[in-house]
Amino acid sequence: MTKRTIELDLATPGVDAQGHPTRVPLGVAERGSTPESLAEEPGLASEHMLLNLGPQHPATHGVLRLVVELDGETVVRVIPHVGYLHSGFEKLGEYRHYNQIIPLTDRTDYLSPMANNVGFALAAEKLMGIEITPRCTVLRVIACEMSRIISHMVWLGTTSIDIGAFTPFLWTFQERERIYNLQELWTGARLTTSVTRVGGMMADIPDGFIEGLRHFTRTFPKTLDEVDRVLTRNSVWVGRTQGVGPLTAAEAINHSLSGPMLRASGVPYDVRKDNPYLGYETYDFDVVVGEHGDVYDRYLVRFEECRQSNRILEQAIERLPDGPVNVDNPRLILPPKSRAMNDMEAMIYHFKQVMEGVKAPVGEAYVGIENPKGELGNYLVSDGTAKPVRWRIRPPSFINLSALPKMAEGHLLSDLIAINASVDIVMGEVDR
Amino acid sequence: MNPSVDALRATFGSAIGRALESCGDTIVYVRRDALLQVLAWLRDTPDQRYDYLVDITAVEYRDRERPLEVVYSVRSLERRVDLRVKVELDAEADLVVDSVVPLWRGADWLERETFDMFGITFRGHPDLRRILMWETYAEGYPLRKDFPLRGRFSRAEQVRQALAANPEAHYSMEELSIAEAYGELSPEMKERLRRGERGKLAGSE
Repeated sequence: MTKRTIELDLATPGVDAQGHPTRVPLGVAERGSTPESLAEEPGLASEHMLLNLGPQHPATHGVLRLVVELDGETVVRVIPHVGYLHSGFEKLGEYRHYNQIIPLTDRTDYLSPMANNVGFALAAEKLMGIEITPRCTVLRVIACEMSRIISHMVWLGTTSIDIGAFTPFLWTFQERERIYNLQELWTGARLTTSVTRVGGMMADIPDGFIEGLRHFTRTFPKTLDEVDRVLTRNSVWVGRTQGVGPLTAAEAINHSLSGPMLRASGVPYDVRKDNPYLGYETYDFDVVVGEHGDVYDRYLVRFEECRQSNRILEQAIERLPDGPVNVDNPRLILPPKSRAMNDMEAMIYHFKQVMEGVKAPVGEAYVGIENPKGELGNYLVSDGTAKPVRWRIRPPSFINLSALPKMAEGHLLSDLIAINASVDIVMGEVDR
Repeated sequence: MNPSVDALRATFGSAIGRALESCGDTIVYVRRDALLQVLAWLRDTPDQRYDYLVDITAVEYRDRERPLEVVYSVRSLERRVDLRVKVELDAEADLVVDSVVPLWRGADWLERETFDMFGITFRGHPDLRRILMWETYAEGYPLRKDFPLRGRFSRAEQVRQALAANPEAHYSMEELSIAEAYGELSPEMKERLRRGERGKLAGSE
């Protein structure tokens, strides 16, 4: 409450004399100004400057390096350099059993580890033809939507810092902390969750988890309202983001963008609705679509997606069925430790799974899921052994980042920071 | 199976190889020289409209007899249909395939990554450089099956090379050509650039 009182006393822009928020209609700022007109300012010497930004720069969100050619303060050319965090996960995956790959997926997009676990498990299950249990399906939906909220919270906090608003960062990271506590309760880890297994989950949710999650879904919208109040109609925020880095729908499709980046440009494609997995078609939620494809619309899309995720979480809590989490297949699911140590048959299954791994039939499978960053694809090719021939991650933020030069060229250097922030990259995934 | 396969066969005839279904996904093999026409046809024909490029990657099998495959996943956003198009390349012969950047700008980095990891050259790509590995990386192509998991060079050799690399190796030739940046280079660096030795190791020769 105190926050609101202070805000009114200082007469925040966007609030009129009576204290009611004034609405800034979308499209108020001039949008889509042509880059060329900025680059060719007459009377200035045409000597261009080369600026190296990163890899150790807080505004590059990790170890991204941008070599920028500047004419005065105008960006003429951006040449991104990636790969500083390359870890060879795809190569490593070719030497691991399917379940051993799951810890690697945590470390790709480390801002939404649970969703990556789910994406890989779904691909492996499609390859092996496994049908997961109803309880597991709903638990995975909960995992995915929790990940979406924390990822968008990190994005919102860091982006607002990049653009100069510090306060939302503190509020959003507090919310992320609450989800992290729930993740820790469930998996024992805050960041590297490794929560799924092929055919089920690492563990069922513990006592008190549902109560904690329900409390979160009730109180989380309040924080969203607070952030909404300080950002959405804030004239500084609007001025820094509207009309910056716009992409049309056709350009977004041509650049293979996905996720919020694609939808902010007005393409209503959401994997959860259009190619449903985990029964997402049975949940009641809206696909958020922008109009202008600029930084402001990307902000609005991600912001509203948090509310929609919260709706999905509420529905998932209500419908969570009882029953087993793992499929009933001793060749696939490890027996409990106590049985493996006391029961001959269980010990044999345990030994076979650990030493030989689970064999997948010859074939290949691609599963794309709607990750917070965009469409995360897992493409597995099997030659009938227990290790994949090829494990390919379709990295959404890698592909979204490739459109950065197209978006940033012709804008000011300070806009480059805003545009780069709006892509929502995570270098663990870009470089893999 | 995806009906686009029959439409492809009717249009391109022998340029379309076998088609199969795996885990519900349709895969169609296309002759290398017809790839660009096939993908352009898939993108632009009104009742196909595969307007979205999902992914480009490559697969090398453990079985040395099998050729390398370049895999294109395309999608029709309106019809919600996916199709996987593959091109087979003989690892003993030249690993060259046409670039699809003229069709989709999004193919730019995907093709660079495939080049970086498999050594497949995309003919007509505007800027085919390594992307995840650095430009002077000399150990080969990491995702090929003959590449050992721990790399070809020892850790000591990797460290030696990293320390010995010239500073200008961190910039591409194109970047260094920006006027002011060139002016600030030391005479020794300019001399190395003039001799075309960008990125060479100090101790080698």
